[in-house]
Amino acid sequence: MKGSLIIVGFFALGCLCGGGGVFPFDVAQTDISFYALCGLMFSVGLSIGNDPQTLKNFRSLNPRLVLLPAGTILGTLAAVACASWLLPHRTTPECMAVGAGFGYYSLSSIFITEYKGPELGTVALLANILREIVTLLAAPLLVRWFGNLAPISCGGATTMDTTLPIITRTAGQQFVVVSIFHGFVVDFSVPFLVTFFCSL
Amino acid sequence: MFTVITCMLGGMLLGFLLRRHRLSGVQHVITALIWLLLFLLGVEVGGNRRIVEGLATLGLEAAVLTVAGLAGSCLTAWALWAWLYRRRKAV
Repeated sequence: MKGSLIIVGFFALGCLCGGGGVFPFDVAQTDISFYALCGLMFSVGLSIGNDPQTLKNFRSLNPRLVLLPAGTILGTLAAVACASWLLPHRTTPECMAVGAGFGYYSLSSIFITEYKGPELGTVALLANILREIVTLLAAPLLVRWFGNLAPISCGGATTMDTTLPIITRTAGQQFVVVSIFHGFVVDFSVPFLVTFFCSL
Repeated sequence: MFTVITCMLGGMLLGFLLRRHRLSGVQHVITALIWLLLFLLGVEVGGNRRIVEGLATLGLEAAVLTVAGLAGSCLTAWALWAWLYRRRKAV
C-alpha cells in the first residue's frame, strides 16, 4: 500500500508541476517518457532473464490462457455497453469506443478525437488513464478478490509495458508471458475496435 | 512499440547471459523508473488545459466507463481463473 501511495504522490506531483508550468519546455513533446519506458522494459527484461526459474515457468504455461485477451475484450465491451444506459447523452457505440481503448489512452484518445470530436476524446483519455492508474494501484486487491488473472485483464493493452512490473509483483513472475501475450493482442485490437465503434 | 519490446528482449538476453551474477539492483531501478513515468504522466495531464478544465464533468463519465470496463474484465478474468485453476492445478 505504501508503494501505491508513493506512485500516486509522484503522479500528483507531476500534475502540479505540469499545471504550474515548472518546466520551461513541453514535456509531452519530448521523448523522455519513451526513453524511460525503454529503460524500464530493459530492466524488466534483465530481471526476467536473470531469474532462471522464470524461464522454466515459460514452458509449463497453460495454453488455455490464450482465452484471456478474448475475455478481457468481450468482458469490457459488454460491461461498457451496459454502462451506456447510465449516460443517456452518449450512444452505446460511443461508450464502447471509449471502452475499446483498454488503457491505451494515447492512441484511443487521438482516434476518438479525430472521429467524434475532442469532448469524447477527453473522456477516452481520462477513462483509459484511470484504467491504467486503477490497475497499478489496485493490483494486490484484484488478485485477492478475483484471482491472479484479474490485474492482467484489468491492465488491458498496458500489460506488456507499463503495468507489467506491478503484475509480476502481485500475480507472480510465472504470469509474465501471459501478461505480455495479453498486452500484445489487446494492443493490436485497439485501433481496429475503436475505429469500428466510431463508425457505427 | 516494437522498440519497447526489443528493449525488453535485449534485457532478457543480457540478464540470461549474466545469470551467474545476481543483479540485485535491478528492482530498485524498476521502481525508480515507474515513479518517473507516473510523474511524467502527471506532468502531461497537468499541463494540458483541455484535460484540467474537463476533469470535473467529463471525469465522472470517464469514471463510470472505467469502473464498468474494469468490472467486466474482472468478471471474465475471475471466470477463466476459476475454470482453469480451481479444477486443475496448473500454471
